[in-house]
Amino acid sequence: MDFNSLTIKELHAGLVTKKFSALELCQFYLQRIQANDKKIGAFLQVGGDSALKQAGAIDNLIARKENLGALAGIPVAIKDNMMVKGLNCTCGSKILENYVAPFDATCIKKLKEQGAVILGKTNLDEFAMGSSTERSAFRATKNPVDTTRVPGGSSGGSTAAVASNECAFALGSDTGGSIRQPASFCGVVGLKPTYGTVSRYGLVAFASSLDQIGPLTKKVEDAEIVFEAIAGKDAKDSTSVDKQVTHRSVESLKGLKIGIPKEYFAEGIERGTREAVETIIKKIEREGAEIVEISLPHTKYALPCYYIVATSEASANLARFDGIRYGLSTRGKGIKDLLNIYLKSRGQGFGPEVKRRIMLGTFVLSSGYYDAYYTRAQKVRTMIKQDFTNAFSIVDFILTPVSPFTAFKFGEKIEDPLKMYLSDIYTISVNLAGLPAISLPCGQSEGLPVGLQIIAKPFDEAGIFSLGKFIENLVKP
Amino acid sequence: MISREQVEHIAGLARLELSEKEIEKMQKDLAEILGYIDMLGEVDINNIEPTSHSLPLHNMMRGDVVEQQTPETVEAMLNQAPQKEGNYIKVKEVLS
Repeated sequence: MDFNSLTIKELHAGLVTKKFSALELCQFYLQRIQANDKKIGAFLQVGGDSALKQAGAIDNLIARKENLGALAGIPVAIKDNMMVKGLNCTCGSKILENYVAPFDATCIKKLKEQGAVILGKTNLDEFAMGSSTERSAFRATKNPVDTTRVPGGSSGGSTAAVASNECAFALGSDTGGSIRQPASFCGVVGLKPTYGTVSRYGLVAFASSLDQIGPLTKKVEDAEIVFEAIAGKDAKDSTSVDKQVTHRSVESLKGLKIGIPKEYFAEGIERGTREAVETIIKKIEREGAEIVEISLPHTKYALPCYYIVATSEASANLARFDGIRYGLSTRGKGIKDLLNIYLKSRGQGFGPEVKRRIMLGTFVLSSGYYDAYYTRAQKVRTMIKQDFTNAFSIVDFILTPVSPFTAFKFGEKIEDPLKMYLSDIYTISVNLAGLPAISLPCGQSEGLPVGLQIIAKPFDEAGIFSLGKFIENLVKP
Repeated sequence: MISREQVEHIAGLARLELSEKEIEKMQKDLAEILGYIDMLGEVDINNIEPTSHSLPLHNMMRGDVVEQQTPETVEAMLNQAPQKEGNYIKVKEVLS
């Protein structure tokens, strides 16, 4: 049975009508991981026994003809910065190498309630700080489309697992593009929901005002199903908001106003990427949508703004890794006091990019620099957000490329932090403004996938899904 | 260029031990990133309110109620600690 071409709805129908069992489905993916993952390196840990047990329980429910959740028996991979009780949660860092999650993140609890089968934990840039997954302390993850290239990041493991059929879908997290950019690089669908729609409880915090969990899937419809399963207000995350799930279907694009921000097609974008995105925009226009050139004038300030806001929050969030309650702890000879334990555990446990960001965040928050950097960045954030508010008073959606270039070679950008940061130049504003956005495959450039980004008004995920499904059909050759 | 003293001061605040090589690299990297970030100086921020959060959220209040954990959870959490004694996490002395 070829499970790879089936959507979540089709897999669900197959389970309910007993074309195949949840156990068979789970075994299929576990074997696929065993055969294929040496080459790809998507997983850091595979929870084979617990997955088979979960699958067996679903088969019992099916045998008893009980009602099944939309994700019952569907095998999923989880980025290794979310807590899955009993499995490791390393965040791709030496400092958490031996950490075992004592509880389930809220999104995991919700997946389990739906009956999803958790296959294991996937690779990421250390603490989700990176755009290539090269910053994992443990292993490289390869792009399944071209294994000489990076899968993007930081959710590179989850994305590669979906793209190489090692799971039916995956969860990632997105602070500045960490779901959308790898989705674009590997040719899959990735959704960054509106800030607050998915609880962050049990997601190891990087930048709390920007972090959001979202699905990586093969199809837009799958992303919609997963989003509905994990969204909702959670007492354990006071920034989560009430779920506002609505459904819309787009039969025609007539009357729809779509904004194309000119700043996203300026210098720096590769020709092939630009052409692929422009081609799909022309097709959308032919379907009757009104294409409007818009301006988001503060776009160029998004990246520097982000690197102040995100690193400030990270420097505070990562203070908890102190070698006292959990994680790597340097003890023994020469360790005299508490301060020694902090300094050495953190010095040995964190990798270079994490250290750089902690240092930058600490610097911009430090006495004498706070107003010049942090307060200024917060004000620029207001202006970036206002740009979108203004744009959405004219248009229904905004379309942009996801990244200025396609998947790059290993080692190409790793030595130059600023060059690496530019991977996220089109995704970062969305996090600063808290908006929902999806990356979906829209074509190729020299054989490599190119992603189209749909940005919508806050809480208009339904609009993204309906337009996304329509565009998905237009992309088909 | 960021001075060695500045890097050492920040590393101390951040409780990070850096090697000689790391300090040198950090001087160069931070200078480059800060140079790039200085672009924000161009923006006219007069009369602009800062945004700390994209949603208009207010303080969420709740009762300070202890939720009882199962002994298994307590054990699983304590087992993460590098040193413990009974149900306590053991640390070096704080006040001497």
